[in-house]
Amino acid sequence: MTTTLLGARPARTRAVRAVRGVRGVRGVNWWATAFIAVCSLTVLVPLYLAVVVALKTPDQLGGTGFEWPTSIRWANFADAWERTQFPQALTNTALITVGSVVLTLLTSSIVSWAIARNLDRTFFRGAYFYLLAALFVPFPIIMLPLVKETALLGLDNQAGLVVLYTIFGLSLNVFVYTAFIRSIPLELEEAARIDGASTWAVFWKVVFPLLGPMNATVGILTCVWAWNDFILPLVVLSDPAARTIPLAEYVFQGQYNTDYTVAFASYLMAMAPLLLVYVIAQRWVISGVVRGSVK
Amino acid sequence: MTSVTDTVVAARTPAPRAVGHASRRKNLHSRRHYYWIVVPALVLFAGFHTVPVLVGVFYSFTDYAGYGTWDFVGLRNYAGLLADDRALHAYGFSFGFAVAATILTNVVSLAVALGLNARIVARNTFRGVFFLPYVLAVLVVGYVFQYLFANSLPQLLPFVPAVRDNLLSSPEWAWVAIVLFAVWQASAFAVVIYLAGLQSIPTELYEAASIDGAGAWRQFRSITFPLISAFFTINMVLSLKNFLQVFDHVVALTGGGPGTSTESITMLIYKGGFTGGEFAYQTANAVVFVIVITVVSLGQFRVLQRREADF
Repeated sequence: MTTTLLGARPARTRAVRAVRGVRGVRGVNWWATAFIAVCSLTVLVPLYLAVVVALKTPDQLGGTGFEWPTSIRWANFADAWERTQFPQALTNTALITVGSVVLTLLTSSIVSWAIARNLDRTFFRGAYFYLLAALFVPFPIIMLPLVKETALLGLDNQAGLVVLYTIFGLSLNVFVYTAFIRSIPLELEEAARIDGASTWAVFWKVVFPLLGPMNATVGILTCVWAWNDFILPLVVLSDPAARTIPLAEYVFQGQYNTDYTVAFASYLMAMAPLLLVYVIAQRWVISGVVRGSVK
Repeated sequence: MTSVTDTVVAARTPAPRAVGHASRRKNLHSRRHYYWIVVPALVLFAGFHTVPVLVGVFYSFTDYAGYGTWDFVGLRNYAGLLADDRALHAYGFSFGFAVAATILTNVVSLAVALGLNARIVARNTFRGVFFLPYVLAVLVVGYVFQYLFANSLPQLLPFVPAVRDNLLSSPEWAWVAIVLFAVWQASAFAVVIYLAGLQSIPTELYEAASIDGAGAWRQFRSITFPLISAFFTINMVLSLKNFLQVFDHVVALTGGGPGTSTESITMLIYKGGFTGGEFAYQTANAVVFVIVITVVSLGQFRVLQRREADF
């Protein structure tokens, strides 16, 4: 199904462009454009609010919050930087996210390959369905015992989170990778084997480079998950110095809940890194997420 | 092809024996590598996923408080849940919220996806805008929404009594605010899934239908909706399952309040299990919750799939 979809899309886009070329602007559906434009405003309104409140001085906050700032207070960002201990939280989140993405890509891909190439064997088929079934187990049942376990193993820190994201991500990732791997012709691997390549070499030299699109999908999903996740850091991390950005925001909110201008500056800083990545690589991110969900 | 490979492999094997034998040995050898890859992964997965589940089920039959000693209490935790108003209320809230949010998310997303799929100006830019909430942390945007509901909307909509008095501080209406925020956030994902579905429909079908005189509504009902029903199923099942486990949204907007009026099941398990000394009791709650979610998801899946097959 994925391949059909992806295969069909460029052709269709080309067809649409051709039609547009002939009919020009007259083919535009202005009602739909107006509807979409209005709807997209509802997406942007909260972000606009975040920006203007973050730029104000506290005494400008009397109204609805939507008023354009009369004088801009950049110091909100400096205050937020210090009070949320932003550098520390940013470093933690960045390390956890990068660690999880790299480890996930290296492990999920090879495990999926080993499973996908042996689905005719009961053991591997069982492994596949076991991992798949875990997708349906909601987090709350794991939560309380998991915290005991991570504390016991000394994994109640950043490294522990990397391990947990890598392991928990496995069930979805195997699902995402397997269908794609089975579409890669086996002959490529056989040829490499004939040339004397080991299983290890066959995977890293032949198969892994071919997994590009799926690596992108898995990387994006893992990145967004690890960066924004709140509940896992909340329950697993024990040392305040290990706080991630969402956790730092949560603690900050509890301490200074009326200091809106500084708080909003900190929200903007929390959202900025992924927002920036998204703005630059928007198409790529969307197609990656769609590829991971549409089968 | 296989026989050629086998022969070549056999030819390369240092000790030349019977072809079949050597290739079987080679085969077994390479399979062993696959086991070495999968087994450690499964062990780790079981250790951090399945073991906690089993430990949770185990403790649900005890009176463990999270520290100190414990005893078996049989099914007392489960019986207690049935008489626990707070737990029942949490189930009521989570289900009401999840159903409302699922329906609203799918209606809104489908409408937006249809709009995006029409011949509009700057389609890719708009698609990018709609997907934006997906990359933002629920908790952090939630704090912005909290300000919106508590400080902005009362002044923008003073003629709606519940909104004027701050939705979030009203035990009857706070859930509406959480639904609105959840829909805002979840639509990002649902829209791109629906859009992918819509783009998989061949345009010739619409051309043929309009030649036959089918109007826009008729085309939607007879072509569009049946052809994206698989996408409808994915979105409905995923939304309901995710919304039933709502946590971040509630933490950001109400913290479960006012009182416990917006306390979700996940939040109750978290609060009771970590700070309330109810470790064992809340694991029992979690076990029940797992069963409920599984039954609901599977049931929903079957109903929706049967509907798919009808077309």
